[in-house]
Order: sequence, then C-alpha cells, then structure tokens
Amino acid sequence: MATAALETAVDQAALLEFLLRIGDNALILGHRVSEWCGHSPALEEDIALANTALDLIGQTQLWLGLAGEVEGKGRSADDLAYLRDGYDFRNILLVERPNGDFGKTLMRQFLFDAWHYLLLKALKGSTETRIAEIAEKAFKEVSYHLDRSRDLVIRLGDGTAESHRRMQEALDDLWPYTGEMFAADAVDAALVEAGIIPEPQSLKAGWDEIVAEALAEGTLKKSADGYMHKGGRRGVHTEHLGFILSEMQFLQRAYPGATW
Amino acid sequence: MDPALRPSLDEVWHWLAEVPDPEIPVISLTDLGIIRNVAWRDDTLVVTVTPTYSGCPATTIINLDIETALAEKGLSKVKLERQLSPAWTTDWISAEGREKLRDYGIAPPIDGTAADGVLMKRVDRLSGRSNLTIACPRCGSTNTEKISQFGSTPCKASYRCTNCLEPFDYFKCI
Repeated sequence: MATAALETAVDQAALLEFLLRIGDNALILGHRVSEWCGHSPALEEDIALANTALDLIGQTQLWLGLAGEVEGKGRSADDLAYLRDGYDFRNILLVERPNGDFGKTLMRQFLFDAWHYLLLKALKGSTETRIAEIAEKAFKEVSYHLDRSRDLVIRLGDGTAESHRRMQEALDDLWPYTGEMFAADAVDAALVEAGIIPEPQSLKAGWDEIVAEALAEGTLKKSADGYMHKGGRRGVHTEHLGFILSEMQFLQRAYPGATW
Repeated sequence: MDPALRPSLDEVWHWLAEVPDPEIPVISLTDLGIIRNVAWRDDTLVVTVTPTYSGCPATTIINLDIETALAEKGLSKVKLERQLSPAWTTDWISAEGREKLRDYGIAPPIDGTAADGVLMKRVDRLSGRSNLTIACPRCGSTNTEKISQFGSTPCKASYRCTNCLEPFDYFKCI
C-alpha cells in the first residue's frame, strides 16, 4: 500500500514537470511571437503572428491550468505564468531565442512547429485523458501553424538572394538549439513507461523528414549536427529568459496580486 | 428550482439559439455548435460549452452571455462546464449557420473537411493552390485566392475574389 502511494506521488511529480515543460514552451514562444504585434513587414503577417501567439497563449492556459491542478497547491495558470522566476521555467532554450528578423522568427517557428505537431499528435493517444484532450484541441491549431511556417520557410529560402541568405543564417544559428527537443531524462522515462508521453527520441525521424523536405524545397542546406545547447528543461536558461519575464511579469511584480 | 417550474430542455436550447456569437453576431451559439449539452443536475442547469480555439478571447464573453441570457429567463442557478473532447470542429456549424455566414460576407467552411491530421496537404488542395471550392460570398465566383491563412479572428482566413476583386473572410476548417 505504502509503495503504491509512493509510486503515485512520483508519477504526479513527473507529470507536473512535464506539464510545466510543455506549458512553458507555449507560453514563452507565445510571448516571443506576440512581440511582433504591430511591427511585422505586412499587415497579413502581423495578423498571422498575433493569431499564432494567441493560440499558444490559449494552449498555455490549458497546460498550466492542468499543471496547477496536478500540483494541488491551489495555483492557477496565471499564478504559474506570472509568479515564478526564471529557474522555475522549464521551456526549451529554442523558444526563448530573440526574434531577430522576420526570417529568423519564422525559422524558429518552423523548427518548433514541426516538433510540436508530432508531439501533440502522439499525445492525443496519451493514457492520461486530460493530456489527450488538450493535445486533441491544440493539435488542430498547431497544424495550421506548421502549414504556414513551413510555407514561408520555403518561399523565403527559395526567394531572393537576400531572403535566402537570411534564412540560411537563421537555420545555422538556431540549429544548435534543436537537440533539446529530443532530450530525455528520468521524468520522461517515468512518463513514457506509464504511456503518458511518447519517447522523445521517437519523434526525431518524423521531424527530420518534415524539416529535410521543406529545406530541400526552399533550397536551404541542412546545418551540420554539432554541439547542442541544453538546460531549459531543467531550469537552466540563457540570459534572454530574464528579459522576457521582466516584461511579461512587470505588472504582477510592480503591483503584486493586481486584478481587473 | 422547483422541478415543476423548470423549463424543458428544449426550451433552454431554444433560448440559447437566440444568443449571438459575440464576434460574428449573425450566427448564434447553437449555430456555431459550441453548446455540447444542457442538463439539470439537482436544481442547477449545467450548460456544457466547448471552445472554438483554445485562445479565443470571445470564450469568456460567451460564458457571460449564456449566464445573462438564462438569468433573463429566470434561471439563476446555472453552471458552465468546459468540455475539450471531442474538440470542436467546423463540421458542427449548422447548415442554417453556414447560410447566415455567407449572407454576412464570410465564406463558410467547406462541410466535412475538418482537420484529421493531414491538414497540410488538404489545405493546399482545398484552399491554397487550387481554390476550386471556396466561393466569393459576394459574387459567387470560385476564382478566389488566399491572402493569408489567418484573419481578423482566430477562426478566419483572408481571401480575395479575383473576379469582383473584393477581399473576404473565409471561416477556416478545423
């Protein structure tokens, strides 16, 4: 009996960790993309970026809402988003990379979307029904994100000499941050074992295929696999996260507990 | 509420059919297909609602509108429950709702084409490259082109008619 209770406790801790990881990915990328609002090169792109950010923030509410429920300490999605500090965030480093130019933002989006799409597709079959339900919802939205970011990576890659140069630079710059998507630790192992999440490495072949196809069509050259930056999943972030939080959490830091 | 005084569930559905969508007021919440269930639980009326898009800012307004509409009919004990699965699909928009959208200038989603996991290819086929089936809601021409997969609300894409040259919204399929 005591052992069963202990096992459940371990599972809940792992579950919470996973929910923070997936929720923080959506939150931080959503916030990053929202920085474009009012600054995009064309009105349609401004609207598309804002819509993408909105979808991601909506998914954040579902993931972090469930994280708070699993944690059982009465914390809401808002509490988790606004009242945690950098080392408590579990997003991968890729999503906190600065936006750079429009091409770099789109390349980051594409590399993330291709993975996000495959991850959510697999999570639709999760043995944890609350996760499967959120994944079912988010998957539809992310399909659109991937469709768009893939299309633009191809068009800009196979565009002018200048757009091609920028897209290749963006790819080479972001590539060392893609390895973390497929990293696994004890948290992943426990949840894979329980059938709650897919083996992270199992998404790699599908991701490689989606990426290789788009890069080839966009006349871009796949970067060499070398050193991969990691750390975000265990709370070790680059300096960029702090700047995001200082803006995103400003109101709650300046006026703790403010509501309207 | 005294069971004898309770309105029938049919009546409640009828009331909900009169609550407009806050962003596209020509269609009602029932036309949109987001009211999944209405039931009595003891003396409380439970209305189950599913979101269109997870980040749709209209969701809170929709909940408020439902509560207000039912309160006006004398129902004070109303509980709203969120249901995520099965996820909302544009296939649930009623035939009547589709006509109302068209009259309003929004091309309705093509029936039976909601997301099934092969969205990229299907979107190309149905909307991006061939445009065979998305008709301009103003002149009816099928010579239309996609401007952007995103539009003024999360549920819409931007299109343009190459015959009458009018830009228009297309209610995208999910």
